[in-house]
Order: sequence, then structure tokens, then C-alpha cells
Amino acid sequence: MSSDTSSLDRYRRIDALQSRLPPTLNAWIMQWGTAIVEGISAIGDLACFTWQMLGWMFTRLPRRGTLLTNFYQVGVLSLPVVALTGTFIGMVLAVQSYYQFEAIGLASRLGVVINTSLVRELGPVLAATMLAGRVGGAMAAVLGTMRVTEQIDALTTMGADPIHYLVVPRFLACLLLIPALTIMADFMGIVGGYFYSVVILGIDRAAYLHHSREGVVGFDLFMGIFKSFFFGAIIAIVSCYRGFHCQPGAEGVGKAATAAFVYSFVLILAVDLFLNIALDSIYFMIYPQGPVLF
Amino acid sequence: MNLAETSMPSHEVSSEELDATPLIEVKDLHVEFDGHVILSGITRSIKRGQTVAVIGESGCGKTVFMKTLVALIKPTTGHVMFDGRDLNRQSPAQLAQIRRRFGFVFQHAALFDSMNIFDNVAFPIRQNEPQTDEDEVRRRVRQHLLEVGLPEEVAAKYPAEISGGMQKRVGLARALVLKPELVVYDEPTTGLDPIMSDVINELILNTRRTYPVTSVVVTHDMRTARKVADRVIMFFPRRMLDAGQSQILFDGPPSGLEHAEDRRVRQFVRGEAGDRIREMSRATA
Repeated sequence: MSSDTSSLDRYRRIDALQSRLPPTLNAWIMQWGTAIVEGISAIGDLACFTWQMLGWMFTRLPRRGTLLTNFYQVGVLSLPVVALTGTFIGMVLAVQSYYQFEAIGLASRLGVVINTSLVRELGPVLAATMLAGRVGGAMAAVLGTMRVTEQIDALTTMGADPIHYLVVPRFLACLLLIPALTIMADFMGIVGGYFYSVVILGIDRAAYLHHSREGVVGFDLFMGIFKSFFFGAIIAIVSCYRGFHCQPGAEGVGKAATAAFVYSFVLILAVDLFLNIALDSIYFMIYPQGPVLF
Repeated sequence: MNLAETSMPSHEVSSEELDATPLIEVKDLHVEFDGHVILSGITRSIKRGQTVAVIGESGCGKTVFMKTLVALIKPTTGHVMFDGRDLNRQSPAQLAQIRRRFGFVFQHAALFDSMNIFDNVAFPIRQNEPQTDEDEVRRRVRQHLLEVGLPEEVAAKYPAEISGGMQKRVGLARALVLKPELVVYDEPTTGLDPIMSDVINELILNTRRTYPVTSVVVTHDMRTARKVADRVIMFFPRRMLDAGQSQILFDGPPSGLEHAEDRRVRQFVRGEAGDRIREMSRATA
């Protein structure tokens, strides 16, 4: 009874305070307050979702058939688009850098810049961006449709855990295959850069290869692949979460797919920044003289 | 009104097949979403072998009630007991075990788009009885597809390739393949032509003839309620009313309900608007 009275008093005090504030300020505080509370709640919800998914991953893996289907969809079906993206990135880098390097007489060292940029940064980030659209959007749309058409409820009523059955295979496929696709993007980018520099621009082949080999170290390759594990995890978790929490109707599914891409992309860039800061400090511990470009 | 006192099955299931103890007990159920009360103070029990039709206007909480029965929705307060076990107090693993005893027929079938019909019906067996060999799975799937009147050729097709009526029958076969103790039907005849609706009704009755299953049928179709149910429960916003035995409700004299409630139930059963238009105008004003 006393707690009811004190709650009532508190509400009365809040009401009195609200009535003294200008209506626009009141509305502003309410909007921001709601947004902050909803944001914190969504982060907590996402953390619980991830925790449940990790729990299943370490206790019972899905059946081989379920895993292979997802691996095929994420890995094999993404190969052409990732290879094409990688090739064009390599060629665009050659086009953009050639005239500056030519002007200072260093055109033969173009490969160092192309390859380092590719394996450290552009390969992983652009491959992840492409996959956030292709794989992440599709995952959110499929799971969203399953939510809307009660297929996820059907799974639950049949004694299957939807996170175990639907999320774990997708997470594993992204976690393991996005790094593999990143390697493919890196390779195709290197081939594209070589092709444009040597075949189209006529840079000496031996000099291009020699400088390329000198400029890129194993840590650069490691850095790109290491980051891509995080990008794969982000794409899977964000997309599956958005699909699972899809609003009803066709519009809800569309919004879930869009949100999956946008949130994945923003998170990939943010995580990329922090990982670069951390990995660069490790890089300078290993190579105190810094990168060798010229 | 006490359900246990008045319940009497009207169909083929004999009294010997019915157990006196309830399979489901709902105690003081209260469900709200974002402060909006959907169900309040619902207390009801459903005996083993009984078929209960749940009727009521759209948006009055029938589907929420039904999903709470199978623990798809967690009640805000109150208890749902299945065979004496409180569903809210079970761990996810225990809940998964209990759900093996449920069958759920969804309004739009909810078949898995990515699987063919065979794999859809085989899913509960593979999920819950992983030791079953594939020959046995094939035999059971074929048998259940035949029981719902679907030819063997359908098994290789995908849900998008068959009609709505066939999808519902596949949903029914999938729900019954593990011979569950409780089957919940969510508007099983909605969107079907009268012949196909009657086919579904007959299949529900056939299931009861085969073994003493307990069924909860949420429906707007009074022919379904009349044909398959022993008892009828009517939902009003936030509360529910035991409308009595289906035969008495549909064919008999006025029930022992209060006059206003009796009038309202009978208007709903006959599909008459009654005072609803005036009430809606008043609410809008």
C-alpha cells in the first residue's frame, strides 16, 4: 500500500514537472526518451538473440543437410558476384592511381598500392558490403516471410528451436564462407589490377610483379581475412535478427531486408575502423619501420 | 458455468475413451501486449478426448488464447497446465519435449516453402524421432497423405504448386503424423469452398474416430463448430463464455445463460448483426 502511494506521489510530481515545461520541450524529451529506451531494449534483445545462437552452436550443431544448403546459398551462389566485384575493384584502383604514379615516374610500383589496398581494406570491406546486400538481404527477407506466414511458429510447435534450426546454419555459413569469399575477392582484384596495369596500360610485367611481392606482407593478408570473420558474423546476426523481428505484411518484410543491409553496412564500417586501429598497432609492433611502398 | 458438469460428447468417441481428468487447465490467464489487455481472468479446463470450438468476433483474443495454450505466447500472469505441468515453468528443452504431444494446424497451413510436401510432413518425425529409419518415415508420410486424401504424386511438389485446400490437408497431415494428444486448429476452413470445408470437417472427425485426441478448433465457420465440436466457447473482448454443448447451442432451446449473453451468442451463431451497428456508431461517435 505504501509503495503504491509513493509511486502515485512520484507520478504526480512528474506530472507537475511536465505541466511546467513548454509543450515543445515536453514532446522533444518524450521522443528522445522513447528512442533511447527502445534503442537500449533493442541492443539487449540482440545480445540475448546472439547468446542463444552461440549457446546452440556449442551444444548441438544442425544436421549436415541443413548446413550444406546454407553453405551452398551463401558460398557457391555468391562466387560470381564476389569475383566480379573483386575484379572491377582491382581495375578501378589501377585506373585511378596510374596517372599520379606515372607523373612521378613510379608507374611500375602501382601493384604495391593496388594489392595492399585490396588485401587490407577494399577486398574485405567491399566483399562484405556486397554480401550484406546479397546474402544479408535475402536472409532477412526469407526469415521475415517465415515469421509473417507463421512458419517460425510452426517450427516451434513441432519441437524445433527456430534459432537452432534457422539461425545457427546461416551464422556458420557466413562466419566460415565470407572469409573464403574475401580471399576470392582479393585474388580476383589482384588479377584485375595486374590485367589493367600490365595488359592495358603497358607497365613492365616483371617490375610490376617484383614490387607487388615486396610491398605486401603476410600480415596484410591476415588483417583482411581476420576482419572478414567479424564482417561475416555481423551480416548473419543482424540479418537473422531483423528477419526474426519482422513486422507483419509485405511492407514489414521489405523493411526488414532494407534494415538488415543498412545496419550491417554501418556496423561493418564501424567495426572495420576499430579493428584497423587495433591491428595497425600490432602491425607496427611486428614491422616498426612501417609499410614499404617505395 | 462449470465445464466438467455439463460436458457431453456428441460424436463417435465413447464415454469410456474419455478420461475424467482434464488435459488442459487454464487458470486466471491474463495476457497483455504493450499495456493493452487482450485476455483477462480466463479460467477453463478441457477434458481428454473432447473437441472444443472457440468462436468469437475478430480481434477478441481467440488466436492469442490458442497460441497461449501451446506456449507460443507467454501469459503476463496466470497458468496454462498441460497434463498437470505448468507450461510457463518449463525449460526450453522440457517445452520442446511437451510440444511433441501437440499438433497445430495453422490458418494458412504454414508449410515450409523450401521443402516439398513429403519433407514437410516428414519434418516432425525427423525432428522428434531421429532414430526412425527413412523407410519407416516414407511409410508414415504416405499413410498420412492418403488419410487426408492426397495422392502420392503430391509428395514431390512444393507448397506453392498446390491449391489452398491441398495445403490445408498437408498441414493437417503434418500436425497428425506424430499422433499428438492435443490438436489445435486455427480457422481450418477459412478461405475454402463449402465442399472442401466439409472435407476438412470430416477429416477432423475421422481423427477423433481413429484415436481419442483432444481438439481445440478456433473458427468463424458455424457449420464447422456445429459439426465437429462437443462444446462451444465464445470469446468477447478480454473475456470468454462457455456457450455450452454444441448441439444445444445450435439446435436446442435458450440456454441457461443470462438473457443478454444468450442473445449475443445466438446472434453470433446465426450471423446476425443485431445491435452491433448501433454499438459501433456509438463507439465511433
